[in-house]
Amino acid sequence: MTNKVLMTTALASVLGLSAGMASAQEIRFMCSTDGNECEVYEDLLTRFEADNPGVDVIVDIVPYQAILENLPVQLASGNGPDIAKVTDLGGLSEYYLDLAPYVDRDYWESSFGDTLSWYRGPDGGDAINGMHSQLTITGPFVNATLFEQAGVEMPGEGATWEDWAAASRAVAEATGTDFPMAIDRSGHRVAGPAISYGAQLFDADGNAMLVDDGFTAYVEQFVEWNNDGTFARDVWAGQGGATYQDAAQEFINGELVFYYSGSWQVGRMEENIGDFFDWQVVDSPCGPAGACSGMPGGAGIVGFSDTEHPEIVAAIIDFLAQEDIYAEATARTRNLPAHLGVAAAGVDYEGVSAGAQGALNGFAGALPDVSPIAFAYQGYPGNRAMFGITVERLSQAIVGELTVEEAMERAASDLAAAMAEAN
Amino acid sequence: MLQILSPIMRIVEVPMLALQRLLGINKLAWVFLLPNLILFGLFAFLPVILNVSYAMTGGDNVLLADRPNVGLRNFVTLTDCENFLDPNSCREDKFWRAVWNTTWFVTLQVGAMVGFALLTAIILNGKIRARGFFRSVFFFPVLLSPVVVALIWKWILQREGVLNAFLDWTGIGGYNWLVDAQWAFTWSVFISVWAHMGFYTLILLAGLQAIPRDVYEAALMDRASPWRTFRRITLPLLSPTMLVVLVLALIKGVQTFDEIYAFTGGGPGTATTFIIQYIYEEGFAGAPRLFGLAAAASLLVAIVLVILTLIQLWVNRRNVDG
Repeated sequence: MTNKVLMTTALASVLGLSAGMASAQEIRFMCSTDGNECEVYEDLLTRFEADNPGVDVIVDIVPYQAILENLPVQLASGNGPDIAKVTDLGGLSEYYLDLAPYVDRDYWESSFGDTLSWYRGPDGGDAINGMHSQLTITGPFVNATLFEQAGVEMPGEGATWEDWAAASRAVAEATGTDFPMAIDRSGHRVAGPAISYGAQLFDADGNAMLVDDGFTAYVEQFVEWNNDGTFARDVWAGQGGATYQDAAQEFINGELVFYYSGSWQVGRMEENIGDFFDWQVVDSPCGPAGACSGMPGGAGIVGFSDTEHPEIVAAIIDFLAQEDIYAEATARTRNLPAHLGVAAAGVDYEGVSAGAQGALNGFAGALPDVSPIAFAYQGYPGNRAMFGITVERLSQAIVGELTVEEAMERAASDLAAAMAEAN
Repeated sequence: MLQILSPIMRIVEVPMLALQRLLGINKLAWVFLLPNLILFGLFAFLPVILNVSYAMTGGDNVLLADRPNVGLRNFVTLTDCENFLDPNSCREDKFWRAVWNTTWFVTLQVGAMVGFALLTAIILNGKIRARGFFRSVFFFPVLLSPVVVALIWKWILQREGVLNAFLDWTGIGGYNWLVDAQWAFTWSVFISVWAHMGFYTLILLAGLQAIPRDVYEAALMDRASPWRTFRRITLPLLSPTMLVVLVLALIKGVQTFDEIYAFTGGGPGTATTFIIQYIYEEGFAGAPRLFGLAAAASLLVAIVLVILTLIQLWVNRRNVDG
């Protein structure tokens, strides 16, 4: 009798499992997070699963480094996930699933506009390759309390990098703060200031060109400021290779007057600083070229052409792209919306302080000042190579391994070599 | 046991006898070696063949089939130098910076580590109190993960770390150790010695304990000084063990990556970028991913390691014979 029961149970389990395997469509979503994005998507996708029985979306939360380093190798070997949240927007375009056959093209084009081109890669075309889920813009955070304590007036509208450097040095000196200024160790982060100094980044034919007079002028200034104590030398000189390093902790600790980072740090600042001191977001400083540009960026959700379920993958991304869902995700993750409809309607960020709301509005308000070069650079598929070269060679110039002139020569030849290999 | 094995042996016996008649008894050895040869080939020769193949290709595709053959171009890129002693004169300056950093690191680290390991082993081989405790203490860092080692020392040495807090407290004043190229390199050597010395101490201790006591007793009776005893008895009899230690330390020194990568990231600039980090960054972390250049660099490292090992073996053999 016992044997019969066991046999029947085992058979039922096997049959049940087989039936489950046949009907469940498992979609793997590789996600990395700056804050709570992956958790929010996981929650939103439970609604999609409820509306689509048999679809099981598994959100694999991985470190950002895995997205940068492991995902491209997985995709090349045909073992990638179905969906991922990526930041190398155009660099992986050869693997993207074109969503156009499965979604309403008019809705997508009117909702996401120019950001769609960031995902199209070098060949352009009109494919709909991804949804820009998180629009970011680089810009400065300022410790307002330190300015107040120092009795130094904060530079106003149209202030230059030199103005901010002088003011930050004065504040640091008056208050005994460790560092006047800092900028994240990232090629993306210094691109905005470099453009403000006149860097063109592309030649007349649209080919990538890292080094020109404007870029060199910025590098000279940046190296000088790192060596005279205006910038926190730890951030760029304390690392090797192209490794990313931010200075958020120094700012949170009140050791830094002016911190150039980006809109994605607002949540972290609000959470960690609390009422320890007053901070605010100010406009990107202007450079000698007249521009006062930050750098756009962010992350997007893409599907991959190797997926066994292209319709479902497209449906999932389309679900996340719907205005109400997108607005909810933006509000809960405290990001800037790339969805034009959501941006136009305004975002009522959930549970944020007036300061954070002001900071997010400040970043959103800086978007019109972003140079077209910056938008083009963000969409350029080879920008990761250019970011990496920038970090490596600037760092070498800061620590004295290379002169600025040598660093620029090396940067130019590195870029030529990288482009030759990538083509 | 025999009852279980006997029927199996009888089953195996028939095909084996047939095989023996077919191949002859000498060639039958290959049949027994074949499973191991296949496994060894799969895990040793295949990667080497793949590495050589990738080194001869260009582009940034992962799959070998999609990569264009470029012959020796990657090797030419790596070795295109006006003056090998000056990385700035080389086309791939980062490679030569990594080569020279590694050379200095290995020289200092292996020298210091073997010296301290020998000294420690000699002390621990003597009759001291709490000998077992001290043996454990010196071996303990070996048990730590390289990343843990790196983080511990980073917490100690960073700008607001334990060491600077102590120096501030004493009035000497702290220093930004990890932003100064020379100090970052020096601390990298120190940390590597600290983390690995215990392993080599243990090997040398085993070597010391294998030296017969009566040789030392004879030296004592001949009134040989401790230094002469060490030079004439301990060192020669320990030389086979020393050779093992040197070869292992040298290979491990050249392969240094995880600890220092987690500790300094290779910086400031490229001050602590060693050859394996260069290979990793070119092949996997950078954009575009230059697998060909990375594979070529790893082959050059392998060739240098083989040459160094052969030289060491030759020197040792000459000492033993001579």
